[in-house]
Formats: sequence, C-alpha cells, structure tokens
Amino acid sequence: MGTTAAMLSAIPGMGRPIAPERALETVDVALKKQMADVALNAARAKGATYTDVRIGRYLNQFVITREDKVQNIVNTESYGLGVRVVAQGGWGFAATDKLDKDSIAKAAELAVAIAKENSRLLTEPVQLAPQKGYGEVSWKAPIEKNAFEVPIKEKVDLLLGVNAEAMKGGADYINSFLFMVNEQKYFASSDGSYIDQDVHRIWPTFFITKIDAATGKFETRNALSAPMGMGYEYLYARPQDKIQGVTTLYKGRYDMLEDAKAGAKQAGEKIKAKSVEPGKYDLILDPSHLWLTIHESTGHPTELDRVLGYEANFAGTSFLTLDKWESKKFNYGSKLVNIVADKTQVGSLGAVGYDDEGVKCGQWDVIKDGTLVSYQAIRDQAHILGLPASQGCCYADNWSSVQFQRMANISLQPGKEKKSIDDLIKGVQKGIYIIGDGSFSIDQQRYNFQFGGQLYYEIKDGKIVGALKDVAYQSNTQEFWNSCVGIADQSDYRLGGSFFDGKGQPQQVSAVSHGSSTTRFNGVNVINTSRKIG
Amino acid sequence: MPLLTQDEAQALLKKVLSYSKADECEINLTGTSTGNIRYARNSVSTSGGISTHTLVVSSAYGKKLGVATINEFDDASLEKVVRRAEELAQLAPENPEFVSFLGPQKYADPVMYVPATAAITPKQRADAVAQSLQVAKDSKMVAAGFMEDTTTMNAMMNSKGLFAYNTSTGVNFSITMRTEDGKGSGYATRGYNDFTKLDTKKASQIAADKGLKSATARAIEPGKYTVILEPAAAAVLLENIFFGLDARQADEGRSFLSQPGGKTRLGEKLVDERVNMYSDPLNPELPTSTWAGDGRPQEKVSWIEKGVIKNFTYSRYWAEKKGVKAIPAPDGVIMEGGTKSLEELIKGTKKGILVTRLWYIRPVDPQTLLLTGLTRDGTFYIENGEIKFPIKNFRFNESPVIMLNNLEELGKVERTVSVESNVNYLIPPMKIRDFTFSSLSDAV
Repeated sequence: MGTTAAMLSAIPGMGRPIAPERALETVDVALKKQMADVALNAARAKGATYTDVRIGRYLNQFVITREDKVQNIVNTESYGLGVRVVAQGGWGFAATDKLDKDSIAKAAELAVAIAKENSRLLTEPVQLAPQKGYGEVSWKAPIEKNAFEVPIKEKVDLLLGVNAEAMKGGADYINSFLFMVNEQKYFASSDGSYIDQDVHRIWPTFFITKIDAATGKFETRNALSAPMGMGYEYLYARPQDKIQGVTTLYKGRYDMLEDAKAGAKQAGEKIKAKSVEPGKYDLILDPSHLWLTIHESTGHPTELDRVLGYEANFAGTSFLTLDKWESKKFNYGSKLVNIVADKTQVGSLGAVGYDDEGVKCGQWDVIKDGTLVSYQAIRDQAHILGLPASQGCCYADNWSSVQFQRMANISLQPGKEKKSIDDLIKGVQKGIYIIGDGSFSIDQQRYNFQFGGQLYYEIKDGKIVGALKDVAYQSNTQEFWNSCVGIADQSDYRLGGSFFDGKGQPQQVSAVSHGSSTTRFNGVNVINTSRKIG
Repeated sequence: MPLLTQDEAQALLKKVLSYSKADECEINLTGTSTGNIRYARNSVSTSGGISTHTLVVSSAYGKKLGVATINEFDDASLEKVVRRAEELAQLAPENPEFVSFLGPQKYADPVMYVPATAAITPKQRADAVAQSLQVAKDSKMVAAGFMEDTTTMNAMMNSKGLFAYNTSTGVNFSITMRTEDGKGSGYATRGYNDFTKLDTKKASQIAADKGLKSATARAIEPGKYTVILEPAAAAVLLENIFFGLDARQADEGRSFLSQPGGKTRLGEKLVDERVNMYSDPLNPELPTSTWAGDGRPQEKVSWIEKGVIKNFTYSRYWAEKKGVKAIPAPDGVIMEGGTKSLEELIKGTKKGILVTRLWYIRPVDPQTLLLTGLTRDGTFYIENGEIKFPIKNFRFNESPVIMLNNLEELGKVERTVSVESNVNYLIPPMKIRDFTFSSLSDAV
C-alpha cells in the first residue's frame, strides 16, 4: 500500500521528539537481558507455554523543506517493551513504556490474561514451528556512515541546495525530504534466544511541480531515489553508481542534486509532452518503476497470511491459493520470471540477521522459472506448508505493536544472457519506456492492477522518439508476468522499495526492497488518464 | 494513569508553563486509551490495549521554534521537556512562516464523550466479537473483522492565555464475511461515539447476506454505468475533495481547485446544485472537536453550498498573508441527503449497479482529482428496481468532481467510516450516472 501520498500521516509510533545527539546513545545489552528475563519469567509463572519479548528503541529523524524554507526538523524516539505469549493455545500481547521490573511483569501477566480470555474464541490452538535458541547473539547493518551522526546543518544544506537547483532549473515548487530511521531491537524468547540488532534505513526524496501559466496545467516529477537499508553514504554518489540514458539512473548510491536539476527540466517537458494514444504497447520498465509492480503483484499475493484469510477484512486475500502451490505447476509467469525472497540482501530495507520472532533470516525461491514454488511464512504458519522451520518473515513496526507476517525483500532475478537497456529498447516496434513510480492500485486478491510512473518515453521502431504524458497501464497479474519477454542482465540490477508499506488492523508500516533489472513486457493495455473538470 | 479531568489538566499545564523562559510557549496534552480485537478464519487472531499520555511543548524565540515531547509526568521531567524545547528552538533556523500563538478563544462545549464507551471492558469486546462469530457459524461463512474503541482527552494552554480541553470516545467496527468456497464476500462497517449503538450482530448479518448473495457473480462489460454508491463506497471518493480544500495548494496553482493565472474556483459552481457539504462540531450524529490542535475554534462551516465552493481551509500563516479568516480543516464532514432509503433508491433504478465498498483508492491526476480503485465485497446488477444478480468486480477511473456533476439522486444520510482513512462521515447513498468502470477484476 501507501508510499508518498500518505507518507507523513502514515508514520507510525512517532514517539517523543529528542535532541539530535541523544540518538547516538544506546541501551546496554546486559540491562535489556535483565528486563527480558523479568518478562519471560513472569509470563511462564502465569502459565504461558511460549513467550517472546521485544525491547525496542526506535529513532526517526525527518528533515522537511520547501523551496528556500526548512518546514520542520523532527527527531523522535520511542522506547519500550512488548511481550507476546501463547497461553491456553492462543496469542496474547501487551506492551509498556514503563521499564521497571513491576511494570514489565504486569505487562507479561496482562498478555497471558488476554490470551486466556480470547482462547474461548479459538477454533484451533497456535502451532509454532520449532526454533532453536541462539543464545546471546547480535547483528548490525553494514553501514558506512550513521546518518544520525551527520550534523543537521549538513542535511539542511543538502536539501536547500537541491531545492535551489530545481528552482533555478524552472520548477515552480519543490518539497524535499530526508527520512532516517534507526531500529535498535532486542529480542528474547523462551526458546533461549537473546538477539541484539541495529537496523538503519534512509530515504531522500523530493516532489517538483511545474505550472504552465497560460493554461494552468501542472505536472509533477518525483525523485528517482530509492529508500535503502543504508547509512548516509547513500547520498555520496560516485561515477560508477550512475547509469546514463534518457535520464541518469542510480544504482546503490544517489546524486540528489543532479536528479533535482534533471527533474525540474523534465517537469517542464512533461507539460509539452504528447498525450498518449490508448492501446496495446510493449513496455520497457525501469527498476525505479518495476519495484512497485513487483511489490503489489508478487510480494503481497505470496504472503501466506493473506492466502489463508487473515487479512480478508482489510488488505484482502490472494489469488495464489494453496491448491495452486500444491499443484507444483501453477504458471505465474513466463519461463524468464524467477522471483526470490531474501531477508539478507545487503543495502535492502528488509535486511536483518533475525526476524521479530527470533528466526535467522535467509533467502528462498518464490517463483521458479515462472512457476509458484513457495510463499512467505512465519512460525505459526510453517506447518501449513510442511516446512520444518519458519521463513523468517515476522515484523512489528514498534515495541507497542504485535508482530505478524510482513513481506520479505521480493526481487525479480536479472536475465542470464548479456543484455542492456538499449538492447531491450532496440527490439521494440511500438512501446513505452517507463521510469519512476507513480499512481498505483490493485484489487484485494491481486489480479487487476493499474500503474503510472514519473517519466514516459515513446518507442517507435527500436528508438525513443519523444516524451509522453497521461500514461497508465492496466493488466492482470498472471497475464502480465506471462508477457515478460526480456530482462536486462545483472549489471543493470537495482533496488527500489517502499519505506511505509501499510498492512494490518490497527495498521502497521514496514520497509521492504524489490530488486530487478530493466524488463520488457509485451502487449500491455495502456490507458489515457487526462480528463476535464469545470 | 486514568485520563485527566479538566481541573487536573489545567493544573498540570499551568505547572509546565511556569517553567518556560522562551518568548512564547504552547503545550498540548493528549491522553488516549484504546482497545482492539482482530479476528479472521472465525477465530480471534490478535487483541490488545494501550493507554498513553503525551505532552508536547512548543517554545519560540522570535520566529525560531522548538518542539519537544515527553510521556513522563514528574516535576523534573516536565521541567526537562520545556528546557529541551527551548534548546531546540535556539538551534533551529528561523522559519519565516512562523505565526505567533493564539490568545484566549471561546469554544462551544463539545459533545463527543459517551461514558459507556469509555467504560468498555475486555469482556464486552469479546462478547461483541462472539456475536459476530455466531452469525458466521449460523450462516456457514468465514468471518474476518476488527473492532477498536478509543477514549481521548485533549488539552492545551499557551503563554498568551489560551486554554482548551475536551474528551471524546469512539468505536469503529468492520466485518467481512466470505463463503467457505471463497466465491462470495460481503462487508459492513460502523462507527459511533457511543459503543451501545454498535450492533455487531446486525452488521455481521448484513455482511453475511451480501457475501452469500454475491457468490455466483457474472461478468458484464466495463463501461459507463449508473451506480448506487452505498455511503461507505461514496466516502472514500468524496474525502479526496474534503482533504483537497487547502487554500494554499489552490492559490499556488497545483490543485483541482486552481484556475489559470493564480485564480481559484472559490465561489464557483463545481458540482450539481443539490450538493451541500458542511462541517458542524455539534452535530449530534457526528460530533467532533470544537477546537483545532493549534487552538482555533472549530465552528459550523459550509464547504459546498448548492454546488458552489464556499470556503477553503487555511493555515494561520496563509490566512494572514491573504488577509482572510483562518478556517481550520474540519474533523468530520456532513453531506446533506434526501429522504429515500437505499432500498427505495434501488427500487427507482431501471438499470444500474449497486456498490457496497470501494477499495485501494489512489490519485491518478491531481489536476482533475481523477482517482482509480475497485469495487469489492458485494457488487450487484440492478434492473427494473430489483437486484437481479451479483456481478464481478470492476476497476474504476473516475473523479469525484465529475461524479458529483452526474448526480441523479441522494438518499438518506448515514454515519459511515472510510476504509482508507478511518475518518467518520455523515454521507447519503447516492445514485450517479455515467460512472466509469475501465476493466474487470477476478477478485472476490
């Protein structure tokens, strides 16, 4: 679900603002172990058959500007403890931000009481996949520069510089943002794990608006950055991180200033661009666009909780029902389509050492040579797939939120033959090359979708002939992935992702990456989105 | 701790204010107690409850603002949070758009708080869900639902002498009933300030009935159809108008309410003349706060009258710049309706489509407010005043502005909940001609 539009309102568990320098403090691991043991013991004493405890310190820093003004600098910290238990066969959860022994024990006891109260409304008891305890272990994201160590002034100067560049280039308005997240997470369970983790994420982005004074028509161009599981080094782009073409594309590092300059120019070009003629086109989709199509049409329908009906009232279920997986021959896409779930990919938003129920993370095939071969599961679902262990997809967005199944990084594997973006374009007679993510919508079982982008280029007889506007494509997931006829090679592979992916009731967000190389899809239905009011 | 009374809140805020050394200081205090139960596959899946109090201190030196928050309430912590806000203000760049805090205001007494909701127990929650699960069992359906109740206390005080306080309660409930073979799905949602008005059994029966009746859906061609949108379906489209009433966006030329040359559509007829939309904090069916978070009074405001845009929402900065009254964004919007029930609207329809719920609404073009999304959980074909058969779901591409120009008829207003924003509205079911469905979906 949501990315940019609901971005600010979607930020969860914002916690309390803090002074920037306080973000560099950490909580002693020995103290966290003591607190966790209080909860584990209290829950066991009240009859819990399984308990896990998460102690989280969630730090956010957001720098928000427009044109020549800093609108807000937000530093927040949220620190507390959540305890989840199985008692009388059912789940119970409680959380506290009072971290004295008494309050922690009370939270654990409340979790057990809730589990027992709700056990009368169960049809079957919770069945957890076995999980060995790892003892005391830790994991740290391999970042080069902690974004929270970078002075606020450097960040403000960067954004105001970006804004100035866009305004100089003819933008009428620009809003720019730097989002930085650090999750300091501690997990302990009655299985004997005590896991300390340090997770970092960053997302620089902007929205440029250009207005045609004569007609009042306006166009926007959003940043081509990706949110990443990286430190501030993401903003230090080197020549080898850039792919030159109709616009510069970024691989692993991002040049925000350069992108803003190009963005201002392209917003102006969009106003003058040709309005698309609706019809069937071959689409060449850039990874900065395709990530969102992968997210919605592959990531969500392969979430096992959706398949089973746990999200039926809100996000929906899935067309990838268990019988399709059991058949071992459900044709999800063409033979070229290989989709891998990977919770360990360096630089990705979803990379962690262990998930939020203490399962060591790894990677696995979801779609193999076009066929559905697996889902994304957690401990209380693994038995449904006959798996000996969880796939490690459990996540909670805060200590006060109960963990549940969330999407792993789900990525389209690059083509095995040497193939560039130009090679893909060369083969297209009538097509559109789409860069950047735009409007997105998909049904509750993930069949029918519609996507827009940021930049659209018309391809005729193997050549880009000009810019287009008012473009959106509609398709059906299975038809779409079966129309995949070409994927660029590993050298073009890039990550995109969602910083604020929403799911659950009450809604929680998570961050997840989706990698791909530029990919060709044949004969996709393109609609024209221009209308007139008043 | 229990939510603070007005006297307790006032005393606490006075104490916090006494620590301030800044040019200006404003404090917002919020206390929230929520409980929820979530269920799926005819079993409770998760359930929880949390109570929190948060104090936000805004300190200003000239046009430099610092904001700090705390959730501890001993004297040392309270003084510390004020000092921190002042330190942040000294470090902050000057914000030319900072507007000095408001002086004392007069507010109407709010009517949002219902003691029965505030007193809800875990057993009452479980019992309400048990009734819904019983409907599923009796009708051999698979239930997935969510109920969340909230009790809130808000208070604010500043160095200009402003003080405001209110309490509110609310409960939102939604239920999806699917047939065991997954071929039918029905939905209902309810929102109230008063928990005793919530009938989970009745809502679940409606969802189950729709789920059963939608099980043999036929495909009909996409295209332009007359539709009857139930209030829950209309709300998710119309709220894009409500959220888009910001004057600055319109003045800057980047809104559906902008006109060429820096002009706007304020005062112009935008939609059918039978469309009237307003907000009223004291409406007994949809009571909302009588003051906004920055202390501005919330009053009855007409947004669209006889199809004409009557007012925009303003930040205090933008209103000052434009020399107009700074009307805050409303907390709930009311659209006037007619006298007919949903059944009567169906009865008067020769050919059309009944839409229970719309889903995954996303903007496609902000210039025309073009939205896309899909029907879901109960879509039926109407012929000669009767529901004839269930139909497969559609994707639509439609602007609520165009839609309200194609208005045929309005039914009787109901309170409903937006599945997208969780905001409650009073909205009638409405009959719209030429609603644009662009493709079919196989989703159930």
